Amino acid sequence: MLAVGLCVLVLCLALSLALGSRPLPLSTVLDALFGGGHGRDADVVTGLRVPRTIIGLVVGAALGVAGAVAQGVTRNPLASPTTLGVNAGASFAVVTAIYALHLTRPVEYVWFAVAGAAVAAIAAQAMARQSGDLDPTRLALGGTVLAAVLTSWTSALMLASRRTLDEARFWLAGSLAGRGLEVLTPVLPLIVLGLALAFAVTPALNTLALGDETAHALGVPVTRIRVLGGLAVVLLAAAAVAVAGPVAFVGLAAPHLVRLVLGTDHRWLLPGCLIVGPVLLLAADVLGRVVVRPSELEVGIVTAFLGAPLLAVLARKAAR
Amino acid sequence: MTTSTLATDPLATSTRNELSCQSLELRYGSRTVVDGLDLTLPGGAVTAIVGPNACGKSTLLRGLTRLLDPAAGTVTLDGSDVHRMPARTLAKRLGLLPQQPVTPEAITVESLVRLGRYPHQRMLSPWSATDQAAVEEALTRTGTAELRDQPVDRLSGGQRQRAWIALTLAQDTELLLLDEPTTFLDLRHQLEVLDLVAELNEEAGRTVVMVLHDLGQAARYADHLVVLHEGRLAAAGPPAEVLDAALVEAVFQVPCQVIPDPETGTPLVVPRGRARR
Repeated sequence: MLAVGLCVLVLCLALSLALGSRPLPLSTVLDALFGGGHGRDADVVTGLRVPRTIIGLVVGAALGVAGAVAQGVTRNPLASPTTLGVNAGASFAVVTAIYALHLTRPVEYVWFAVAGAAVAAIAAQAMARQSGDLDPTRLALGGTVLAAVLTSWTSALMLASRRTLDEARFWLAGSLAGRGLEVLTPVLPLIVLGLALAFAVTPALNTLALGDETAHALGVPVTRIRVLGGLAVVLLAAAAVAVAGPVAFVGLAAPHLVRLVLGTDHRWLLPGCLIVGPVLLLAADVLGRVVVRPSELEVGIVTAFLGAPLLAVLARKAAR
Repeated sequence: MTTSTLATDPLATSTRNELSCQSLELRYGSRTVVDGLDLTLPGGAVTAIVGPNACGKSTLLRGLTRLLDPAAGTVTLDGSDVHRMPARTLAKRLGLLPQQPVTPEAITVESLVRLGRYPHQRMLSPWSATDQAAVEEALTRTGTAELRDQPVDRLSGGQRQRAWIALTLAQDTELLLLDEPTTFLDLRHQLEVLDLVAELNEEAGRTVVMVLHDLGQAARYADHLVVLHEGRLAAAGPPAEVLDAALVEAVFQVPCQVIPDPETGTPLVVPRGRARR
């Protein structure tokens, strides 16, 4: 099954290189990639589409795994970096930085995104903490409340300053376009650390699914696992937000799609999300490039558009 | 009214798998639920903990298994402090079936039971023959082997409870703590679970501590009875010695007679009172 997933991923990578708002013949694309082709069209492929595809791959993987860990840690199938307040925290910090410090380039946003995500996650945990234990329902609830508050502050800042609005609105929509590979350099260590943590807590996440009491009885340090898992979510989500802006629904949808095929075991779920996350993000990005040619739709708009009905379906399923 | 537990067996202190607590106080916030409890649960035996609702039975089980840190006092397993043991070390010796465990959606019986091996596994260590043998043994003993590929959330209540017991068996601990294992089950399935408990004790030599509601069942299946009342020990000892009308009336506020169970001769509580004519 993972092999099928990998094939789909390779297909998405190929489509992301081949298709764009500027229609190019396949021969030109292949020539640019492998034949050392030159000229304007070749530059579009190597200079724009290659970095964009690699960024999509990395951000999609980070979002997919962050979603799987967020759902495992909170034992809540509707959890994602968005519901834990992490995305809202990162967005608020970046918009504040744009407003106060006049930043203009995504590469400068990175550390603000990380700090905002971390502060939001810690605040959500503080709200959820009850006599030392971390209650998963309160964690999701705290994150959602926090996200609502931070989002309204973010909007207020953008309304207050025209310059901030212009600078931040494309980033806030969530986009893979217009960035070079250099935006990945500062976040790569975060992603590596986040993935390492995520895979380290994977076996314990399977026991958390049986309830805190059973997990305790099986010798799992429940609160420590929740904190480490939460840290993985923060690192991965912050890295993704810093690079691409807050892209919704990939983190929510990837684990659900993987579970449909591979079941609930986190030892399969996480590798699955590592593949399905980029598939979703790249597919959405490619779709955004071709639906309104010669213009483009930001990937965050496409995922939100496609993800909303999916969320409705999941919510109906969870309610049953 | 309070009977000493230690009096039942002078060798009890040297028995292995003996769980005990000394001046144990358990609280939720400022509410004291268990208050200064001294108790020894004999190793190798089946102990039933009974008492009215909210008397602290489940809370005591949480304290004994480290789900709740004591406000005062200690819990020891063969003399060593349970609350200072590494989590995995304890999990290899003591298994717990909570009252209402969470069943993950669509998980199969075998996948569920395999999770019981968690404390025996190391990071990156492959699934071993010992692990598989423990799972097979647990499935066979609980009669769930033929259900292994079925999703747990589609099983009947009795089957589901046996699957959960299989998980704690796969954990391969000498001690098993079961929190109300018969709740929500009909009579046949209640007896099935209790017979399984008796088998585990007699054939596999496991020490079992369970919280029960039915006094007659507790008297039938337990070697040792612990009666709690308002967070304190009301009585403890062999059911035949402990369970009498005065105790039941004092603890449960139910006037009754205690007669010998016509099947087993163990004490049977028959409440006085109205009957429809």
